[in-house]
Amino acid sequence: MQQASAEQPIAVLSADALSVAPRQSGAGLAWIGRGFLLALAALVVFILARNLLDNPRLFAQIVISGLQLGFVYALIALGYTMVYGIVRLINFAHGDVFMVGSFVSFFAVSRFSLHTWPAVAFPGISPDLSTLIGAVSVIVLSMIVCAALAVVIERVAYKPLRNAPRITALITAIGVSFFLEFFGALNFVFSPRFIPYQRPFDVYAYWIGAQGIGMVTPQTPAPDGSITFSSIFVIIVVASILMQILLQWLVKRTKIGKAMRASAVDKPTTRLMGVNVDRVISFTFAVGAAFAGLAGVLFAIAYPSIHTQLGILPGLKAFVAAVLGGIGSIPGALVGALIMGQAEALTAGYISTPMRDAVAFTILIIVLLVRPTGIFGEPEREKA
Amino acid sequence: MELGFLLGSVVKIVAVLGWLYGLLQVMAHASRWVKIAGIVIAFGIIQIAFSLRIGNQAILNDFDAGLLFQACTMAMVALGLNLIYGFNGQFSLGQWGFYGLGAYAAAYVTYKWFNDRTSSALFVLLIGVVLAGLVILGLRRFLGRYYNLPVLSAFTLYLIGSAAAAAVAVFAGNGIASIVDPLFGTKEAPGLLSSDVALQVVFLLAVICAGIFAAEVSFLFGLPVLSLGSDYFGIATLGFSIVINTLMVNSDTILPFPEMKGGRGMIGIPKLTTWFWVFAFLLLVIVIMRNVIHSSVGRAILSVREDETAAKAMGIDVAGNKLLAFVIGSLFAGLGGGIYAHYIGFLSPGTFSFLAGFNPLIVVVFGGLGSMTGTLAASFGWMFFLEGLLRVLLGQLGTEAPTWRFVLYPIALLLLMLLRPQGLLGKTEWGFLRAPQVKPRPPANPTSDARPAASIAPAAR
Amino acid sequence: MNSRSIKMISILGAAALALAACAAPRPVAQPEQPAEAPKEQPAAPAGGEIKIAILAPLSGPVPTFGVSTRDGALLAIEEWNAKGGVNGMKIVPIVEDSQCTADPAVNAANKVIDQDGVKFIIGEVCSKASIPVSEIANAKKVIQISPTSTNPAVTVGSDGAVKPYIFRACFIDPFQGQVAAKFALETLGAKTAFIMLDQANDYVRGLAEFFEKSFTEGGGQIVGKETYTDKDTDFSAILSKVAEAKPDLVYLPDYYNIVNLVAKQAKEKGLTMPFMGGDGWDSSDLDLTAADGGYFTNHYSSEDTRPEVAAFIKAYGAKYNGAVPDALAVLAYDAANILIESIKAAGTADDTDKVREAMKAINFKGVSGQITFDDNNNPVKSAVVLQVKDGKVSYNTTVNP
Repeated sequence: MQQASAEQPIAVLSADALSVAPRQSGAGLAWIGRGFLLALAALVVFILARNLLDNPRLFAQIVISGLQLGFVYALIALGYTMVYGIVRLINFAHGDVFMVGSFVSFFAVSRFSLHTWPAVAFPGISPDLSTLIGAVSVIVLSMIVCAALAVVIERVAYKPLRNAPRITALITAIGVSFFLEFFGALNFVFSPRFIPYQRPFDVYAYWIGAQGIGMVTPQTPAPDGSITFSSIFVIIVVASILMQILLQWLVKRTKIGKAMRASAVDKPTTRLMGVNVDRVISFTFAVGAAFAGLAGVLFAIAYPSIHTQLGILPGLKAFVAAVLGGIGSIPGALVGALIMGQAEALTAGYISTPMRDAVAFTILIIVLLVRPTGIFGEPEREKA
Repeated sequence: MELGFLLGSVVKIVAVLGWLYGLLQVMAHASRWVKIAGIVIAFGIIQIAFSLRIGNQAILNDFDAGLLFQACTMAMVALGLNLIYGFNGQFSLGQWGFYGLGAYAAAYVTYKWFNDRTSSALFVLLIGVVLAGLVILGLRRFLGRYYNLPVLSAFTLYLIGSAAAAAVAVFAGNGIASIVDPLFGTKEAPGLLSSDVALQVVFLLAVICAGIFAAEVSFLFGLPVLSLGSDYFGIATLGFSIVINTLMVNSDTILPFPEMKGGRGMIGIPKLTTWFWVFAFLLLVIVIMRNVIHSSVGRAILSVREDETAAKAMGIDVAGNKLLAFVIGSLFAGLGGGIYAHYIGFLSPGTFSFLAGFNPLIVVVFGGLGSMTGTLAASFGWMFFLEGLLRVLLGQLGTEAPTWRFVLYPIALLLLMLLRPQGLLGKTEWGFLRAPQVKPRPPANPTSDARPAASIAPAAR
Repeated sequence: MNSRSIKMISILGAAALALAACAAPRPVAQPEQPAEAPKEQPAAPAGGEIKIAILAPLSGPVPTFGVSTRDGALLAIEEWNAKGGVNGMKIVPIVEDSQCTADPAVNAANKVIDQDGVKFIIGEVCSKASIPVSEIANAKKVIQISPTSTNPAVTVGSDGAVKPYIFRACFIDPFQGQVAAKFALETLGAKTAFIMLDQANDYVRGLAEFFEKSFTEGGGQIVGKETYTDKDTDFSAILSKVAEAKPDLVYLPDYYNIVNLVAKQAKEKGLTMPFMGGDGWDSSDLDLTAADGGYFTNHYSSEDTRPEVAAFIKAYGAKYNGAVPDALAVLAYDAANILIESIKAAGTADDTDKVREAMKAINFKGVSGQITFDDNNNPVKSAVVLQVKDGKVSYNTTVNP
């Protein structure tokens, strides 16, 4: 360190920019970083390929569990990506809205037996139709409650801070998130217990393999070499894809969607065009929360044990997924969520379960370094 | 009687804040001797309060001592976070991870020394941080020759360099330890180095090395991650906290440290933290922080927060200053962790979960972003209010009341954000922490710590 | 010295005075420093009261465990008070929230010991909070009985010495793991087992460790071992591996919330082998249809006809709106009773050494069985194996130590 020469007059970190000595371009050294990434990628591919060849059935099974997780994340990620895209706020409370969705459906099913109302109202109805209508009404109720909750949160906690520094709103979001978790944990609200969730309909397991396809029952277990999946997996995939399409249509084809896109780009100008930006923002929150409510119900059906801190990690992972896919982009949210799901399931399956968060966040950092706006992100605008 | 408790708790909060105010005022005094005397008195008052008994009771009992120690470590961690977040504008949720890193690193060194009577961990950490520091500084100089260097390439080089330094440290540290260890003797026949003095020296070294270790890790992590946007940086640092926590849980399976016992928690850490050490390290952190903030580097850090583009246009190395703030902030967190580990004597990953990691953030926000005084006062107030007053208060209200604790504080946070978003103290600074009054032209005040302004940025406030 | 520095010093002085002032209104509390020789305490707090602190995680990550523990302990204290207290003194419970985390637990312990002058602590629930509390309590000669902390380090220090003032009311891991392994090998005739565990949870880890040891020693084979974390909800990757390994038995010694998830997903994957676990399964929130066919080791069976059990379940339900006690409530109830019984046997609540001796010698008929303490202050009591079948939990066998 003693040989501080004339080319670096001040040995502080800010000196680099001041230094007058001729400097070479570092672009030629890009191969180092690229090589590092390639080596990392090669390692991952090697591990995966070896395991795939080793036991393709297990690999497929793990991929399926990753898909299930990924499609749930995709639903939550939609809310994050829309809200962040329009108000540039990490809505930490979104994961807790998701939790509230689970609880609403729990109370609807367990306390009020809402899922059986078609059978009660129309006794002659076929049981399948009754289950379908009942389940859909439970889901719709959860979506409505979540949307209303999100609008309330937005009006009470975020709207007064619209012009405050973004940091302030972020802290508020954390506060709202804590409030929902711990208020929910009070005995007279949701109670702090881990509650076994009563499903509005039964979930069955199926197997698919060389012998065809069939249902798994205690009498007829899945034959060797077949892959099993459950009916809720199919429902989650279908619902998630449907919602993606619905949202895509909403944003691209409707008037309110146009207003949302306009608000995301430039709020003052949008306001000048006669759009009620506040209402658009509230609407965005509501739509995002409704998807979270749906995700909450499906999540609780798939993993039937609910408690008030249920939403923290899925919420966080979904946000990471939204960032990964490119914030503000709807297909991005889906792709990011699927990557997250696979990363988690494959890490859990082949490296070590505890390290899966590490892998998920590493993927996030690497993707952002290579593509700062995420996979589907639009080129960066100058942010406020 | 119960009213006495309540009253006592309230008085204690006021007294501690008054003590803090007095300390900061006296440190701002022009005369060096008054300064030193004031610091000694401030130290002494608390020290006497610990040992002096009125009737059957120490003025500050162990309950208060615990709160005070925790408040001081929280102050260190939160000051570091305020530097990163409040002064430099980088939304970081990783502070708790660095805190844990420092705690485990320092605890491991003294554990090995105290229980296994070996200096291997000490030498490995010592050599490791020194070597890695040299490698990082050297590489920085070397890479300074290039412009437009891709971050990833720089990161790869630093990573390889640090890994090499670590490998050398493990080899050399164990080698030196095998030579030095016989000096300890055995448990039955203690040798030269097993005295209490040696233990205190090891403790000091362990805490400092742990702080530097945390700082170096933060450099490696911050280098690629700080180039992401502010919010993305927040999420990435949150990820860091989670990953560190995972590693703690698996410290005996994935990492090779059976003494840390993974999720079962590390027991047997000697409880070496005394009021002297807590006070000394807190003072050190305050002085470093204040001198950084009120120097040209500090103004550069501030300018980055205010407007990155403008700062860049003024010739400020934006990336470098972000990194510097991050590294110093993490250093404080690491020091705080080392102090904490030797206060509690038991480390478990649960303490460092990412949810608890929001605590320093909330402290910083309550005190006011960009106010050192606010952070200090909020740390003390937070601990004495939440763990002291509220514990006594809720205990009076019946057996259900404690479940309300975590409902009350998000509400307080929300109200604060809506009514007073700049924090309780805004940008007020007390005494020592105020910007030093530099007289326009010579003779500059000789005792002032302010560096003559080689100002490359307009004072941002 | 100018006027400013005088001002400063006067402020410091004022702070000192204020600190001194706040000590005044406090009642007499135990002042001993750890190093000092035990001194005879001044007379007990006025009016024939015994203060017993209950440290339970009422907020934080596992409030539900804290609430059960608090309710169980409070029930025991209430029953004693209804009978006229112990040694003619009324028992005053002090409930503190310790959040299942080291710092708040230490603060709570310091508070009850130093501010309230408590000499008896029931708690904490989690080992990671009980361990730091035990060090403080032991140094200050305060008796601590943890209802549910299974980590051996709670009662035994890092140097291997027993902490004389620290007890626990639950099994430690070796015993329960051993019982489960024995049952699996002999009664279920299992040859192979798969272990699922949460690395971060020392309770789970301890049970798994000792199950593995006893099971392999008894001639069984562990065909796989997978870890997860308590935040996990999706276990299908692990269960795929279980399906692959085809064990005779899956050992899952976690709490009921994880069991509910795993068992349900296992059923959906078509896994039919029985699951087996520990006392963490014992809860009214255990999903009986999902866990159907499973077995778990426990302290007692609610079908047990012993009068203690029936009376406890009735009293608990009567006090808490028909709630069914889980394992934590039972253990907290027993812990409180052991403690109060020992105080009674010692005839004093002032001399914790006498109470400690009395507790060491106790032979107590608790809800969770006949309890005595071994050299390490761990309870010696029998275990029962329960079976989940047809929507209810039924008694299978009793295993004596």
